[in-house]
Amino acid sequence: MQDDWIQRVVSNPKYQELKSKRSSFGWWLTLSMMVVYYGFILLVAYNKPLLATKIGAGVITLGMPLGIGVLVFTIIITNIYVRRANTEFDNLTQQVVKGALK
Amino acid sequence: MTRLSQFKSAIALFSLLALSAGAYAAGADLGQAVKQETNWTAIGMFATFVILTLGITKWAASRTKSASDFYTAGGGITGFQNGLAIAGDYMSAASFLGISGLVFANGFDGLIFSIGWLVGWPIITFLMAERLRNLGKFTFADVAGYRFGQTPIRIFAACGSLVVVAFYMIAQMVGAGQLIKLLFGLEYLYAEILVGSIMMMYVLFGGMTATTWVQIIKACMLLGGATFMAFSVLLQFGFSPEMMFEKAIEVHSKKDAIMAPGGLIKDPISAISVGMALMFGTAGLPHILMRFFTVPSAKEARKSVGWATTWIGYFYILTFIIGFGAITNLIPNPMDYFVGGDITKGLNGGGNMAAVHLSKAVGGNVFMGFISAVAFATILAVVAGLTLSGASAVSHDLYASVWRKGRVDQADELRVSKITTVVLGIIAVTLGIAFEKENVAYMVMLAFVIAASANFPVLFMSVLWKDCTTKGAVAGGFVGLIMAVVLTVLSPSVWVHVMHHPAGSAWFPYDSAAIFSIPAAFLTIWLVSTFDRSARAAIDRAGYPAQEVRSETGIGSASASGH
Repeated sequence: MQDDWIQRVVSNPKYQELKSKRSSFGWWLTLSMMVVYYGFILLVAYNKPLLATKIGAGVITLGMPLGIGVLVFTIIITNIYVRRANTEFDNLTQQVVKGALK
Repeated sequence: MTRLSQFKSAIALFSLLALSAGAYAAGADLGQAVKQETNWTAIGMFATFVILTLGITKWAASRTKSASDFYTAGGGITGFQNGLAIAGDYMSAASFLGISGLVFANGFDGLIFSIGWLVGWPIITFLMAERLRNLGKFTFADVAGYRFGQTPIRIFAACGSLVVVAFYMIAQMVGAGQLIKLLFGLEYLYAEILVGSIMMMYVLFGGMTATTWVQIIKACMLLGGATFMAFSVLLQFGFSPEMMFEKAIEVHSKKDAIMAPGGLIKDPISAISVGMALMFGTAGLPHILMRFFTVPSAKEARKSVGWATTWIGYFYILTFIIGFGAITNLIPNPMDYFVGGDITKGLNGGGNMAAVHLSKAVGGNVFMGFISAVAFATILAVVAGLTLSGASAVSHDLYASVWRKGRVDQADELRVSKITTVVLGIIAVTLGIAFEKENVAYMVMLAFVIAASANFPVLFMSVLWKDCTTKGAVAGGFVGLIMAVVLTVLSPSVWVHVMHHPAGSAWFPYDSAAIFSIPAAFLTIWLVSTFDRSARAAIDRAGYPAQEVRSETGIGSASASGH
């Protein structure tokens, strides 16, 4: 009885679509977060002079916008995922759930 | 008397067995503090906060009847509210005072430090949040052990939770004692008793509902206060960061070195390792994970992390401005803020007081009282959350699932969690007193390393890898836990700074164990699961399709009311 509806969900192409779309999106975003963060850390570890380079004639260094940029990037990328998951992926989920409860 | 001293030496030994990550952790350490003048404004504001929150607790108590109300506020918290509560759990006094103090002392390095604390949130969002909500009920063991043999996985999860909670808690309790001397000008002991008794009232009577609302109120006060400070600083410079930085370089003794990375990151391995502990540790903190069970759906769980990440990130940007504001406001007035009016002797009350002194500079005594009260309330709220997650590990995982094999009624389980809350409260106060003079700087970092090396790999593999088995998960989790603790003890932050061995004699040269202990845990889970041919392993693997369908779609997940 229970295996029955699990089978029905698994064989639903919408479920497979949801799974593959959501997980590949999640993994790509995870990868990009890691590249940005560890890239920044390695830059700090290996090339401090580059980050200390002044931008234009002012006192602001390249490191400042990059560092604040990593914070802002983190906030934005998280909200991009939340927005897509709460609209597109949730619609797919609704359809899968409906199919399962039929 | 001998009993007590035996206990104290046992505690001291325990502390020696436990220590970690230097450079980073030191930045957010509250350290030893010198008692300041009694600050009645701050005490008055704090008293107001306590009266208000106890009023909320009374209201929450009338709604806390079932186990689900107690553990998860009946699942009735909205995504936005939960986002604020999570942010409240994460924005501790150490991160507010410690990071702004680090920026005040070193400039740019403080920014590198704060980035590390934020980057775990996207990982939780992309890989964990909705799956946690769909599979879980009260504790993260519900998720990790969804298809596994209950007894072993629950014992592991309870160990993982309680160890993390213990280290995190000791750091908070000692921090509370130091802060009360600095901010209110009261004795260390008062802080332990105040925090212990008030937080027990929140948890005992109001459960998760009260704990969540205390966190929300505190988060709003902290974000509001920090916003006002950053705004005032920027206003002084006509909202030109360029002018703020110019002034900071002019007055700071390190001149334009504050605009670039300095000594915080020494060797790349330590840097990556600390980064890994922070990134993956966030996804293994039991008091954070349990918050995902307080919302009614996966959608709200996602909204929670979206809001939490936004608020925490915003807060770190504010602390950066506050640190620079402290440079430009405090250094030109040494008579008011520095020991004996001498800049080289440091700030009155130590480096962590930068934000508090700045609050006086931009908002006068009343605002300083407000910021002091908020900083102290922060510890109170975080300790309440930790206690609740520790109590649920004992009552839900150990008592109800392991001891009674799930054959237990709600009232019984609830009674055990309340008794545990009182016991944990007493333990917290005792540990806070026992560790007064100890160096606890490594403890928060150690909590993160353990969460990243034990809780996170088990949670991750059990949810995402179909061939994971009970044996694999438990073995890998314990390998991660033990390696995290042992390597930390052998690292400079404990071996040299706590156990006082000569500098350079540490067996493990890096700041954090995570780069070795996380892969070790994953590898063990993989190896043991792969070669596991037991009957249980067959059941574990056969359970995956059902688990996957529920984790992906939420079909069959614990309903909003949970009754």
